[in-house]
Amino acid sequence: MSIASHFSTIRLSGMDIEVERRGSGAPLLVLHGEEALETGSPALDRLAQTHELIIPSMPGFGHSERPDWITNIDDISYIWLDLVDHFKLQGVTAVGFGVGGWLALEMATKQNFAGKLVLVDPFGVKIGGPTDRDIQDIWTLHPAKVEKLKWRDAAKAKRDFANMSDDQLAVVARNIESFARFCWDPYMHNPKLRQRLHRVTAQTLFVWGENDGIITPDYGRAYTGLVKNARFEMIAESGHYPHIEQPDAFHKIVAPFIG
Amino acid sequence: MFAWHFTEMPYPHLPPFDEMTTMRVSLSNAHYDPKIGADLYNRYLDEYIIASELGLNLLLNEHHQTATCLDVAVPLSAAILARQTSKGRICILGNPVANRNDPIRIAEEMAMIDNISRGRLDVGYVRGVPYEIFAANTNPTQTVEKLWEGIDLTVMAWTKTEPFNFEGRFTHRRMINLWPRPYQTPHPAIWITGSSDLDSIRKAAGRGYVFATFLQPYDKVRKMFDAYRGNFHDRGLPGGGGTAYMPLVYTADTEEEAEKGAKELTWYLAAKAEPQYRNPPGYVPVETNVQALRGAYSGRTDAMRAQGTEFLKEQGVMIYGTPDSVARQIKRFYDLVGGFDHLLMMQQAGHLDHARTVKSMTLFAREVYPQIKDLARTQPLNARAAAE
Repeated sequence: MSIASHFSTIRLSGMDIEVERRGSGAPLLVLHGEEALETGSPALDRLAQTHELIIPSMPGFGHSERPDWITNIDDISYIWLDLVDHFKLQGVTAVGFGVGGWLALEMATKQNFAGKLVLVDPFGVKIGGPTDRDIQDIWTLHPAKVEKLKWRDAAKAKRDFANMSDDQLAVVARNIESFARFCWDPYMHNPKLRQRLHRVTAQTLFVWGENDGIITPDYGRAYTGLVKNARFEMIAESGHYPHIEQPDAFHKIVAPFIG
Repeated sequence: MFAWHFTEMPYPHLPPFDEMTTMRVSLSNAHYDPKIGADLYNRYLDEYIIASELGLNLLLNEHHQTATCLDVAVPLSAAILARQTSKGRICILGNPVANRNDPIRIAEEMAMIDNISRGRLDVGYVRGVPYEIFAANTNPTQTVEKLWEGIDLTVMAWTKTEPFNFEGRFTHRRMINLWPRPYQTPHPAIWITGSSDLDSIRKAAGRGYVFATFLQPYDKVRKMFDAYRGNFHDRGLPGGGGTAYMPLVYTADTEEEAEKGAKELTWYLAAKAEPQYRNPPGYVPVETNVQALRGAYSGRTDAMRAQGTEFLKEQGVMIYGTPDSVARQIKRFYDLVGGFDHLLMMQQAGHLDHARTVKSMTLFAREVYPQIKDLARTQPLNARAAAE
């Protein structure tokens, strides 16, 4: 059963930002991933039964504006801190997926905005040396190979584009484009973030899909080690999107943590 | 009409096509033999020198990480030809200014070649085909803006006679002061390429740049050239602007021989690339990608690959036959697209050997070129207005 969503547009840093609000209870800031696949997922509906989810679309995603001056995730973190002020969310719990998890950490290095952070298969740092492929290159690998790396069950990757409206397809295309705008180079990470992570004080839970082939659990464990109050949990039989492939297991781990 | 000889300088000694998933970006360079490559470089440069002696103009381009094109640094090949030839124009089509990240270096290189050739250089700019994004690691979502900022900056560098600064979106330089200045005044002719974006074509036309397009059916070319003509102003640049079109061209003594040569040239159209290299994210506008998600867009080369030579000949993508037949086909294409100014001929591709390449270009230069040389130039709007 899905819970009704309310969409609105707010003005932040001189741009229109689309915000979805869903459910009721204590606020939960949701930072969507690079494909925003979780919006509308059962995993989020479960959380909306106990929390009010606040789900802003990143610049260039959904129906949010994307000014030229925004070129990376670091830039977005400043706008999202404005969003925290706008909704008076200081001390909120934030859940970030993939690139959204990275964004949550960028925010937390600048301002202690969150009491708790849940980071689901986040990108953001480089662990190995220059020739180590820490993060598989989704833009130079064959699309079929990328799907296999991303999903444990690649059938879950199928989306019914034929039955989407022009507006829905335009959102898909904008998301693909904006992801590349922000994460192309340096690829999926901010070389400075690692040196800033000591500033993160929130209770932090890293959640990782056991079969994530894009960024492996080893990367996740190393990343967890860079954040002081962090622990690492793995979800079996799931890839880069464990909350979509295993919503029950995801809920079982995340619900007690966020309370 | 100006005719230009062109080859991408291919390295064709590869495994069979069906044993490779791609010839671009990620094909192992273990397939490259430097001894064969050295021969090829020298052979292709020899052919350009022969073309120059035959009275043809010389067109060069560059690509990266691909067996389809060994010319990976077009200022180098242009510089060689600037010294080793003494007639004919040399056009670089073009400088990938969005991928090179250094417009000032490009401005310097072009000015130097223009001086060495004593003003025989035309300077083209290209946004770069999708495959090029990966070799250069350029952000694919802003290449059009980066291209135009780069062009504007090189023009400023060529024309300003006092040091200046530039702090734009993509390039920051605090002390720009070009030595040498270009040989031509105010600067060499500028060319730009395109395959669909009419706004860019109108912009190029308004600035008096040459607009060039490649291997497209005549109805698409007509639309682009109409857009050009609708906004073409003569800005007093050398060469006088206008439009350019590239087909594959093979001229022979007999139709049979011509068809055989033409089939060799289709090697270029058959060059394979994996799907992720053909449409990097944000390279085309959101509206085009909506069509792609619906399965209605897969790129121009793919659609043409499926067609035979007869179809490609009818569309004007390939021009081949005896000299009179080739001249007729060019005039037909000229009429179908409303006229154009530069015929860019890919006269060599794939395994087409030196002897047959030279034979074709010689026949063209001696027997075809005189028949098309006097076709009328595209008239700029300001000239038309002055005449009225």
